[in-house]
Amino acid sequence: MKNFNLAVIASLLVLAVSPIMYSLNANAADKETVNSVATLRDATPIDVQKEPNRIPKVVNKDIKQGRNYPMQPPVIPHTTRSYEVNKYNNKCMSCHSRHRTEKSQAPMVSVTHYMNRDGNFLAEISPRRYFCNQCHVTQLDAEPLVENTFTDMHSLMKQKTANAKEH
Amino acid sequence: MTINRREFIKANAIAAAAAVAGVSVPAIASNLITSSDITKLKWDKAPCRFCGTGCSVNVGVMDGKVVATHGDIKSPVNKGLNCVKGYFLSKIMYGKDRLTTPLLRMTNGKYDKEGEFAPVSWDQAFDVMAEKAKETLKKDGPTAVGMFGSGQWTVQEGYAAVKLMKAGFRSNNIDPNARHCMASAVGGFMRTFGIDEPMGCYDDLEAADAFVLWGSNMAEMHPILWTRLTDRRLSSPHVKVAVLSTFEHRSFDLADNGMIFTPQTDLAILNYIAHYIISTGRVNKDFVSKHTNFRLGETDIGYGLRPEHPLEQAAKNNGKTAGSSTPIDFEEYAKFVSTYTVEYTSKLSGVPEHKLEALAELYADPKIKVTSFWTMGFNQHTRGVWANNLVYNIHLLTGKISTPGNSPFSLTGQPSACGTAREVGTFSHRLPADMVVANPKHRAIAEKIWDLPEGTIPPKPGYHAVLQNRMLKDGKLNFYWVQCNNNMQAAANINEEAYPGYRNPKNFIVVSDPYPTVTAQAADLILPTAMWVEKEGVYGNAERRTQSWYQMVEAPTGAKSDLWQLVEFSKRFAIEDVWPEELIAKKPEVRGKTLYDVLYKDSSVGKFSLDEVPEDRLNDDARDFGFYIQKGLFEEYATFGRGHAHDLAPYDRYHKERGLRWPVVNGKETKWRFKEGSDPYVKAGSGWDFYGHKDGRARIFALPYEPPAESPDEEYDLWLSTGRVLEHWHSGSMTQRVPELYKAMPDALVYMHPDDAKSRNMRRGDLVKLISRRGEVQTRVETRGRNKPPIGLVYMPWFDASRLVNKVTLDATDPLSKQTDFKKCAIKIVKV
Repeated sequence: MKNFNLAVIASLLVLAVSPIMYSLNANAADKETVNSVATLRDATPIDVQKEPNRIPKVVNKDIKQGRNYPMQPPVIPHTTRSYEVNKYNNKCMSCHSRHRTEKSQAPMVSVTHYMNRDGNFLAEISPRRYFCNQCHVTQLDAEPLVENTFTDMHSLMKQKTANAKEH
Repeated sequence: MTINRREFIKANAIAAAAAVAGVSVPAIASNLITSSDITKLKWDKAPCRFCGTGCSVNVGVMDGKVVATHGDIKSPVNKGLNCVKGYFLSKIMYGKDRLTTPLLRMTNGKYDKEGEFAPVSWDQAFDVMAEKAKETLKKDGPTAVGMFGSGQWTVQEGYAAVKLMKAGFRSNNIDPNARHCMASAVGGFMRTFGIDEPMGCYDDLEAADAFVLWGSNMAEMHPILWTRLTDRRLSSPHVKVAVLSTFEHRSFDLADNGMIFTPQTDLAILNYIAHYIISTGRVNKDFVSKHTNFRLGETDIGYGLRPEHPLEQAAKNNGKTAGSSTPIDFEEYAKFVSTYTVEYTSKLSGVPEHKLEALAELYADPKIKVTSFWTMGFNQHTRGVWANNLVYNIHLLTGKISTPGNSPFSLTGQPSACGTAREVGTFSHRLPADMVVANPKHRAIAEKIWDLPEGTIPPKPGYHAVLQNRMLKDGKLNFYWVQCNNNMQAAANINEEAYPGYRNPKNFIVVSDPYPTVTAQAADLILPTAMWVEKEGVYGNAERRTQSWYQMVEAPTGAKSDLWQLVEFSKRFAIEDVWPEELIAKKPEVRGKTLYDVLYKDSSVGKFSLDEVPEDRLNDDARDFGFYIQKGLFEEYATFGRGHAHDLAPYDRYHKERGLRWPVVNGKETKWRFKEGSDPYVKAGSGWDFYGHKDGRARIFALPYEPPAESPDEEYDLWLSTGRVLEHWHSGSMTQRVPELYKAMPDALVYMHPDDAKSRNMRRGDLVKLISRRGEVQTRVETRGRNKPPIGLVYMPWFDASRLVNKVTLDATDPLSKQTDFKKCAIKIVKV
């Protein structure tokens, strides 16, 4: 995991540009058709169906994705096919637990994962955090249907810093 | 482009030097900002927008935008945790296609049902809406107007809507999408206990010795409760987990006893357990004799289909008596369940005998504290009320109820299915606090609290969710307003009912939503809607916990809350437009007033001034109307339940608490109802008191196994079950717009057994058509992954707006609860 991907780093700071699916304002709307509001249906009428695309592949590049905010659980940058996580085994922890990371060079699960419901630290990962896939998900190689305009707090802070300097 | 760590540091150093020299700084090289007035976030609490668990989240706001969310450490529900959806709440309001202007179908600048959507002002939108509503009321009366709401409405929105519909328009045609979700649970509670909602609470999770999941995939659908269950199971080795389902899913990962049963045979398994308890001599006789009585329920009650359907023609008791029952004694009950031997039940259900016995022993052993959880497997069932009754039977026979860890617990799907849909009573037959329109005393109580003349509320229950779609199609429901839900995607059999209903030229359909959903696509008028922390509100979760939140950010310009829409629209109606003269004559002072005056401003809803809204808080709705409308609605609503075992605390207290579980009496919440010592409503010395029924007793029902409405045959040879997934909630209308959630689960696939695929010459990824007697949908085959159906059954989730599985499903309902069975119909699958 020695490589950094500049594109990934950049995407932390600049929202990925994706095609504008649909925008509505008084000027543009008269050109829209009835089905243009069907943003998740690719403008397909309800009584017909567009041919479903192929099942996308799981992104399996082992390159960490940026987080939208510090508390966001990181997404899984690799496939987890046939990873067993049940009451006998937890395959994820065979790389991500504290005593395995030196060998695996995988990130250790965050310290919060060792805390019980009352905030006390346990010697092993807390059973309440046992099923990793409740918070951590793999990503499929699929282009989002609709752009999301969420603003990273970092870009707001930078804006404010820049404004402060101007004045 | 990739670089290694050394190069990355070097690039940063160069950039930093450039900055000192006054050269522009590349994005990757920014310095750490430490100034606290720039890094400061404003944090506030809100319940999660998604499921009925009711986690509390902390919402971080900067410069008027939500920039972060995380689990609230102070909340007893989730203690700092969220599931993946909860962690991405920050992004749900920021889909690029947020609606910001009303859109009306028009041709040449005028409304036209066949026209194209074009932007109009709110004034124009309400003009057309009011004109259509008045026209409909004049022509066909109140039964031709209707509303479809939601368990995602805030308590105040649901209450305002009930008042507008039932008192204002005098129509009981208001129902929530919770009808699809919780109606059978309500029916079960009312029938067994005479009062709605669970007696236990989430504290049972840390107290139980055994958990049984009946048709509930908690691992995906209630992940935070699952973390608590997992914590209990893995921390305490004696704890056992049994999981029952018609297909294997993620909850089986923790199961000590996983059972796959043939659809519908859960009814037989429940009766078998009762028989096992009786035949092994483990009935808690003291409890049973003091606190229960036995009833024999009506059978052969039909399947809630249209009356002309052959199944309804064949059913003997699908009329008004379907919910009736007659008293029997213990011996008669014991004889009734003795049919359900382990051999018979095993054969019928396909579950091995030893597994059934291990399951039954969890209930029968008096030393084991057992909690049962269920969700849609029980509720979306043509015998859903029965299934609920039958699980209470086994808890009542053993007295394992209302004490820590002993808990039959119905989980909810929507964030305020309990708080709004059930407690406020936004159903076609209900009023607040478990009252019903058919009961003249209940109507009188509501009319008194609302300060309205006697006879305002119509006595006949209105159209329920499924009937609304049928009546739209039949042209009997003509003015229809949909808020806070996506029923064109969620309702069963949309091909034959909902779609022709919405597009029926006789009807005018209004859809309020933050986003252009499939339902909005089918509408005539779309209203852009503010959501979640863009408004103030209250939700009630599955353990009776009422939680409030403040408005934290402004909605996009043009978008208005559901509450604002309902109340603002009421200004368009003079009382003379909606009430007959004889009703007005009973209360002449309403003459010349609008519905807004009568229902809201001049009623007790309007009595809290703006001064009570904290100055540093946003509250666009209150400031717009000029009074603290959310508090007024809440306090008026709360008068229904105070002193009647549904007590809520004063409104202001909820802003300070991480929720309180009702009844809240003398400032104290109630954890276990019906048990002396923990429920203040229980009579002293009684031990247990099921005060929902006049005799203080819970009812044990003798009800049989009856077959499902549709089973696989030679042509339609597979069972189809639909359902949800972890990553998407509420039809995906919010979650599909969060890139991380979308990319985790972009498309609804059909999960099938590899042998079923092979025998049809199919492989993973193949394009296939699911075909039923009603319609078809295309998707791709998944033979691995999180769901492992048995041979003969397939599973396809319904979150995907581009693959509408509800074109295929059957709109059979439980005749008692009117809830649709989305878990079983017959289909075939062919390659495209």
